[in-house]
Amino acid sequence: MAQIIDMPKLSDTMTVGTLTKWLKKEGDAVKAGDMLAEVETDKATMELESFFDGTLIKIFSPAGSQVPIGAALCAIGKPGEAVEAPAAPAPKAAAPAVPAPAPAPVPSAPLPTPVVTASPEAKPQHEPRHSTQSEGGPAPTAPQSPGERLRISPLAKKLAAEHKLDPARLTGSGPHGRIVKADVLAAAANPALLKSPAAGGAAPSPRAAGGVDILPWSTGPVQEERMVTASNMRATIARRLLEAKTQIPHFYLEVEVDAEPLLALRAQLNSGLEAQGVKLSVNDFILKASAQALRRVPGVNASWTGTGIQYHGAAHVSFAVAIDDGLITPVIRDTHLKSVFAISTEAKSLGKRAKEKKLAPNEFTGGTFCVSNLGMMGIPKFSAIINPPNAAILAVGTTVTKPVVKNGQIVVGQTMTLTLSCDHRVVDGALGAQYLAALKDLLEKPALLLV
Amino acid sequence: MPVITYREAVRHALAEEMERDINVVLMGEEVGQFHGAYKVSEGLLAKFGPKRVIDTPISEAGFIGLGIGASMLGIRPVMELMFFSFYSVAFDQIFNNAANMRYMSGGLINVPIVIRGPANGGTNVGATHSHTPESIAAYHPGIKVVVPSTPADAKGLLKSAIRDNDPVLFMENTMLYGESGEVPEGDVLIPLGSAKVIREGTGLSIIGHGRAIQMAVKAAALLKEKHNVDAEVVDLRSIRPLDEETVLKSVRKTNRVLLVEEAKPFCSVSAMLACIIQEKAFDHLDAPIKRLTSIDAPAIYSPPLEKVQLPNVDRIYAAALEVLK
Repeated sequence: MAQIIDMPKLSDTMTVGTLTKWLKKEGDAVKAGDMLAEVETDKATMELESFFDGTLIKIFSPAGSQVPIGAALCAIGKPGEAVEAPAAPAPKAAAPAVPAPAPAPVPSAPLPTPVVTASPEAKPQHEPRHSTQSEGGPAPTAPQSPGERLRISPLAKKLAAEHKLDPARLTGSGPHGRIVKADVLAAAANPALLKSPAAGGAAPSPRAAGGVDILPWSTGPVQEERMVTASNMRATIARRLLEAKTQIPHFYLEVEVDAEPLLALRAQLNSGLEAQGVKLSVNDFILKASAQALRRVPGVNASWTGTGIQYHGAAHVSFAVAIDDGLITPVIRDTHLKSVFAISTEAKSLGKRAKEKKLAPNEFTGGTFCVSNLGMMGIPKFSAIINPPNAAILAVGTTVTKPVVKNGQIVVGQTMTLTLSCDHRVVDGALGAQYLAALKDLLEKPALLLV
Repeated sequence: MPVITYREAVRHALAEEMERDINVVLMGEEVGQFHGAYKVSEGLLAKFGPKRVIDTPISEAGFIGLGIGASMLGIRPVMELMFFSFYSVAFDQIFNNAANMRYMSGGLINVPIVIRGPANGGTNVGATHSHTPESIAAYHPGIKVVVPSTPADAKGLLKSAIRDNDPVLFMENTMLYGESGEVPEGDVLIPLGSAKVIREGTGLSIIGHGRAIQMAVKAAALLKEKHNVDAEVVDLRSIRPLDEETVLKSVRKTNRVLLVEEAKPFCSVSAMLACIIQEKAFDHLDAPIKRLTSIDAPAIYSPPLEKVQLPNVDRIYAAALEVLK
């Protein structure tokens, strides 16, 4: 039977190739190793090598034609053999750029470097493994060692797809080497357990001198190349923050706060309240202090309306919570009227529900001031972006132990850097400075937060 | 809650239903004067009289047929088979007449009969008296099949069976008649077609019915003690109608299945269940489904060999370890 040569996939991003020039014509004898044609891809022009001996009996794609991957280019066989042009290829799946609505296995082998081969690794991509999973289309996977079928339980197969692990790289601990759920979960937790990509035609795993394998995950891609359509949350964050950055004239004021009194008060309260299961966080005090500072400097508790400034009677302080896929700012209403304890309880409850994505709209809108705290992530200092229509946002850094000057002496101190981003349409430098001074005063005399 | 034996539970169900509905009658060999071959019907003749508790001759084809005919005219007979194995003498009556009457009459005639009796081996009664024909019965559309393994299930399910308007084959077990358990007082019904998780777990689902599933509970204790595996044990209770959803829910939870039953393996209930599970929960299986049944041979007469032929706690435990590999 004649051998049909298809357009091979010569680069990650290639979808079509242009057959610029045939180097052989119909009727010519061909030996394995001869170059058949020149193919231009999105990246470069390469030569197409023949792997077969025979006669070039038929050319299907004339010079100059643009040919999709998998479509027939020519046929090599015996002179005079009859051969039909095969039908157009089935739609390809798992080109890395395709968004994955359903889990699909990652193409296991890094694609070959530009050595042109109408090669075995092109072949598996044309033969979809018949997946028993009902979701997703045919997905190519590298073939196992020739003749051996991968043993994997239906559950493990599903889990491997969900975790984007190539089953061929898993080691099975079940009977007859069957890959089971435990094997998939172990590899997902610890990628060191993954075997190197299958040998069949992949770029050889690099070996250092002495034949030692460089560990597989350091040669693979950083992540799966993919386009993920923005979720509602992501799109909203994008829209609002772009609006804030481009439409609010931001300026930034910084102040360093001596955190020792606050930490001492907190420790004292927590030890006293431990029996009731209460644990106050530094952030709870900051939320309370922010609201109290707004009482002292109410000009910051306001919004630009376009034609003027709306001054708000109540301080509803919101706080940023990081969640899967983004962040959200639950609001504590009437923070100016609530005790640290009430704020703490409410913040915990809102935070938990925020992470579970169970906040109602009225729970994350309507704030008049916002606090963003990256202290627990080890960031000493940063500037946040104002949430419209607030006039300011407070960025709280981590408490740093460092030398400070007290009473003319250098001693070990605990300091915390606060950065206030202000909307210059509503808050001038002096007003912002007054606010920060009030906040610093309250935090350094934290007992004031308890009265 | 009162603790009574399985035997008493069946008796109470019969007595309560016969009190409640004058059409409920009990017929069978030795049910009346002898108080029942296994004393299930003790005292019922004295309480309800010879028009409600009727001793029949040894002719299953005859008296089952009689019961079926009576049920078509408004009686609600409970027919006792001294050994369920004797169903085969009345096979034509049960599976041609009772099973099909509703269909063949276009819904005009129904057969509200209950055929009950012990269906089990393990009592050294030989190959012709040890049948467990639940899969054979379940095969026939029109027949309902119930296999309770506890006193509470026996009482609640027998009441439902008697009130059911279709033929119900109610399979008991002589080896369970003496077992005790808590049984709620009063008119407590268990609907047909409802399985029960009798032991919750996460590592393995052991699913089955009858005496074998009670043995599975003991095997599950061994698994916990020796391997710290928490097996979930599901008692089907009802073969037709079958509670698939409880079964599938367990499989989805544990991903490994061992099916147990006293019946023999070819075309038995566990074979049907394995088919359903792989069809509807394929992606949840982490191992092939395994079955632990009686060894595929006529019921052995030699007592030590009979013990080995039937499911027992050790065999179930060993099979569970296989599934867990």
